[in-house]
Amino acid sequence: MATVLANGPEALTGGNDEAAAPEAVVVRFAGDSGDGMQLTGGQFTLSTALAGNDLATFPDFPAEIRAPQGTLFGVSAFQINFGSTEIDTAGDAPDVLVAMNPAALKTNVQALKAGGLIIADTGEFNKRNLEKAKYDVSPFEDGSLEKWQVLAFDISALTLEAVKPFGLGNKEALRCKNMWTLGLALWMFDRDRQPLIDWLKGKFAKAPVLADANIAALNAGHAYGETAELAGPLKQYHLAPAESEPGLYRTVTGAEAISYGLVAGAQLAGLDLFFGGYPITPASAILHNLARLKEFGVTTFQAEDEIAAIASAIGASYGGHLGVTSSSGPGIALKGEAMGLAIMTELPLVIVNSQRGGPSTGLPTKTEQSDLYQAVYGRNGDAPMPVVAARSPSDAFECAIEACRIAVQYMTPVMLLTDGYIANAAEPWKVPDPNSFEPFPVAFLEEPNGPDGAVLPYARDAKGARPWIRPGTPGLMHRIGGIEKNPGTGNIDYSPASHQTMTDARRAKVDGVANSIPLQEVTLGEEGGKLAVVGWGSTYGPIHQAVRRARRQGLDVSQIHVRHIWPLPSNLGELLKGYSHVLVPEMNTGQFKTVLRDQFLVDAKPLNKTSGQPFTIAEIEAAIAAALA
Amino acid sequence: MNDMTPIKTTLKDWETDQEVRWCPGCGDYAILKAVQRVLPEIGADPAKTVFVSGIGCSSRFPYYVESYGFHTIHGRAPAFATGLKLANPELDVWLVTGDGDGMSIGGNHTMHVLRRNLNTQILLFNNEIYGLTKGQYSPTSRIGTVSPTTPLGSVDRPASPCAFALGSGGRFIARAYDVSKELPNVLKAAHAHQGAAFVEIFQNCIVYNKDVFADFTEKASANIGQLWLADGAPMLFNKGTQGLALDAETLALKVVDVVDGDWQAAGVRVHDVKNRAMAHLLVEMPFGPFPMALGVIYDDPRPTFEAAVVDERTRASAGKTANLAALLSKGQTWTVDADPA
Repeated sequence: MATVLANGPEALTGGNDEAAAPEAVVVRFAGDSGDGMQLTGGQFTLSTALAGNDLATFPDFPAEIRAPQGTLFGVSAFQINFGSTEIDTAGDAPDVLVAMNPAALKTNVQALKAGGLIIADTGEFNKRNLEKAKYDVSPFEDGSLEKWQVLAFDISALTLEAVKPFGLGNKEALRCKNMWTLGLALWMFDRDRQPLIDWLKGKFAKAPVLADANIAALNAGHAYGETAELAGPLKQYHLAPAESEPGLYRTVTGAEAISYGLVAGAQLAGLDLFFGGYPITPASAILHNLARLKEFGVTTFQAEDEIAAIASAIGASYGGHLGVTSSSGPGIALKGEAMGLAIMTELPLVIVNSQRGGPSTGLPTKTEQSDLYQAVYGRNGDAPMPVVAARSPSDAFECAIEACRIAVQYMTPVMLLTDGYIANAAEPWKVPDPNSFEPFPVAFLEEPNGPDGAVLPYARDAKGARPWIRPGTPGLMHRIGGIEKNPGTGNIDYSPASHQTMTDARRAKVDGVANSIPLQEVTLGEEGGKLAVVGWGSTYGPIHQAVRRARRQGLDVSQIHVRHIWPLPSNLGELLKGYSHVLVPEMNTGQFKTVLRDQFLVDAKPLNKTSGQPFTIAEIEAAIAAALA
Repeated sequence: MNDMTPIKTTLKDWETDQEVRWCPGCGDYAILKAVQRVLPEIGADPAKTVFVSGIGCSSRFPYYVESYGFHTIHGRAPAFATGLKLANPELDVWLVTGDGDGMSIGGNHTMHVLRRNLNTQILLFNNEIYGLTKGQYSPTSRIGTVSPTTPLGSVDRPASPCAFALGSGGRFIARAYDVSKELPNVLKAAHAHQGAAFVEIFQNCIVYNKDVFADFTEKASANIGQLWLADGAPMLFNKGTQGLALDAETLALKVVDVVDGDWQAAGVRVHDVKNRAMAHLLVEMPFGPFPMALGVIYDDPRPTFEAAVVDERTRASAGKTANLAALLSKGQTWTVDADPA
C-alpha cells in the first residue's frame, strides 16, 4: 500500500522499516510537566488509531507531579510511532519534535533524526526559561540547530489570540496551548478533529467555556497549518491506514488490558474478583480501573500498605474469591513473606508486578525488566511460583487470563510481570471476544475427601493441586497456616519426612504447570540456525523489528519470545540448542540470560540496557550484526 | 458477630484432636477454655466460625479450636481477616493476637482494622513479653524490664493497647485477664458488638514474665486492684468502699472513699459505655494510684466496614449488567473491513 508523504522532508522518509516507501512517522511531544503533554499525546494517539494507522507510544514523564516549571528535569514527553505498516515500537528517533519550551528542546533534540523537524513555541523562549534550560544564548540564534529543520513561532501568542473571546485569565488561556499544538499536528497528518471536539465537550461538560476555548485553540492550530504561508517543512502528510485483520478495534494501555484480563479470568473461573492494592507508580492504574468495575463482581480494597494489600487478597482467596494484588518492585519486595504463605498454604493468587527501574525507589516512572530474579527466586525457603510475562499492552489481556488460570487450576500464587512501558503505553487492539477463551471453572470441595469422612485439605489431584475449601462449608472445618504441615491433614507437622514430602510436592506441582502451557514456538524465523534472539516482556517490539530487518538483509537470525518465564516451556532447551548462538536482550544486567544458562546449559549471551529507556531497534540490529560477524 | 441461627454445640465440639502445646500453666489455656465455653453459649456455628491469627504463642490458638482457622504471618492477621470478611461477610471472624504481634510488628494493621470497623472480635493476649522467641521485652513491657535484649532493664515507655485501640477509632474496648471468671462475659459482649471489638486480655507468661499482673490478679490484691465496669452501675471497687469521681478542675479521674455505701454523696460516676471521653480517661488511668479498669470500657457501635463495602458494590452495580464484551468495545472504536478485493 503506497503512502503519500507529499514533499516530505528526507527525514520523514528515511530510516523506515520498509526501504522503498515511507510508511511510518515518529512524533515526540515534549513540554513542561504542567503543559499537558501526556494528554496531548493520548489524544493524538486516539485520532491516529481512528485514522486506521498502526501505532505504538512511549509516555516518558518525570516522577515529580509538578516539577518546577521550565526546568530540565520537569520535562514530560510523549512519543508516538505510527504508520501504515506493522508498528511494534515507539520508534527509535523522532522525525518530528514538538518542543513547548527551551528545556523540552534541550532534553529531546539530540534524539531527533538528522534533518528532522522541530516545531517550537518561541513565546516560551524568554531569558528566564533559557536560563532554566541552561542555554547561554537562544538555540535559534547560535546555529546549534543547523542539522534540523526548525519551525519556531509564537504558539503562546497565537493561542492567547484564539481564546481571547472567552475571557479567560492569562494562565488559563495559556493552558489551551496544548490543544493549539494538537490542532496543528492533526492538520499535519490529515486527521479528523471531530472526535477531539466531542472529547473536549465531554471533559469540560461542567465548564462549557473551557470546552469552547480549547476547541477554539484546536481549530486555530489546525487553521494555522492550513492557511499560514510557511516555507519549507510544514506540509501535510497523509499516511494510509495500516493493513490489519478485519474487526473492531480500540486503543488500549497495558494497565487497562490487565484490568480487563483479570475480570475475564475471574469470569472464566466462575469467581468473584478481589483486588487488594496500595498506590504505587506505575501499578496504581490497575486499581483505578478495577474500582470502576464493581458490577463485574469486583471488590477493590485500598489497603494500608503493600503487605496488607497482598494479605487481604490471600484472605479473600481463602474465602473463595479470586484474590489479586499488584505493585511495582519495592512493593513486591514487601509482599515477599505473604507470597511465601500463599505458596505454603497453596491458595490461588495473582500478583501483578509493573516493573520499574531499581533497586530501592530507583526510577519510579521509567521502565526496566530487573525484577525477574525477584519474581522467580525472591522469597525465603524453597518457594516455587509460576511467572508469566506480557510482551505488549494488548498481550497483557491474555497473560492476565493465563495467570488466573494457572492460579486456580494449580492452587498457587502466580506472578504476572509487566513494566512501566507496557502499563502506560497504548496500542491498537483488536477487541477480543471474551467468549472465545476456554473456561476453567473452579469446583470447591463440598464433601469430606478422605476415608471415613476425614477432611484432607492437603490431598492432591493429578496436577498436584490441593482442594479449595471455603470457610462456611459445613463439615469441612480445618486449619491452615505457614508452618510446615502434614501432607494430608494439613495439621502442623515439621517432621523430616513431612518437610521433604511437602517441599517435593510444592516443587513438582509448579514444575507440572509446564504440562499445561503451549510449547515454545519460534516467533519469527526458523527452528535452528545461526542465531536466536531470545526475549521476554516489553522488548518484544524492538527485537521483532530488528530481527525482521536483519532477515531482510539475509542474516540467519530468528526471534524467540518467551511468555512463560517459570516454569519454562518444556521444549525451550532443545529449541535453543538448535542455534549456534543465543542472544538475550534485556533491560537489566542479564537476568533471563542467567536463568536460561542455569536451566539449559546454553551459552546465552547478554545484551543489556539499564537507562530507563526501551531498546531502540538499531541497538538490537547492531548486536545481531556483531553476533554474526 | 453476625446475626445467624444459633447452633447447638458443647464445649467438646470446639476441641480439636491436636495436642495443645503451650507451656504447662500458661494463661493461654484458661483463655482457650473461656472461648470454647462461650462459643456454645452464643450458638456459634463451627462451619461459619473462623479464627485468624498472626505469629506468637497466642497465634497457635486456631489449631486448637474445631472451626475454620488460618495461622498467618507475623502481625498481619487483621489484613487477612479483612479480605476474608469482604469475600464472605457471613463468616464470624475472631482475630487472635498478642502484644508483640498486634502492637509491634502489626501495629499498623491493628490501627486500620479498628479504624475501618471490620466486624470481628480482636483478642489481644498481653503478657508484656515475647514468649515464642524466648523472653525479649515487648512494646507493652514496663520500664526496667530485664530481658535478653535489655540486660540492664528496658528504657522505652510501654504502649497501652486499649488507649491505642480507642485512639485508632475503636468502638468497643474491653479488658479482662486470663483466669478471670468474668472473661466469658466480656467475650460474649465483644461478640454481641457489631463492628471491631477489641479485648485486651492480660495473660500470665509463667516462663518469661511470671506474675507480672499479680498486683491486681492475686486474691489478696484483687479487691483493691480491680475495678469491674458495668454499664449503668457506679464505678466502685474495694468492696464498694472506694470509687471513681471526676475532678472538675483538672478534668481527671480521682479515687474517692465511699462512706456507708453512699456513692452518690462521694461523687462516684456511673459508667456509661457510650461515653467516649470517659473511655479515654479509663484506658489512660495509671495502675497503682488507681485500680485496673476491667470489663467493657466502651461500646458504641457504628456501621461496619464490610456492610459499607457491600452496600457500595450493590449501589454501583444497580441497573448494570456484567457484560464484558460490551465493556471491551466501549468508547472510541473503529472497524477494519475485510478487503473487498
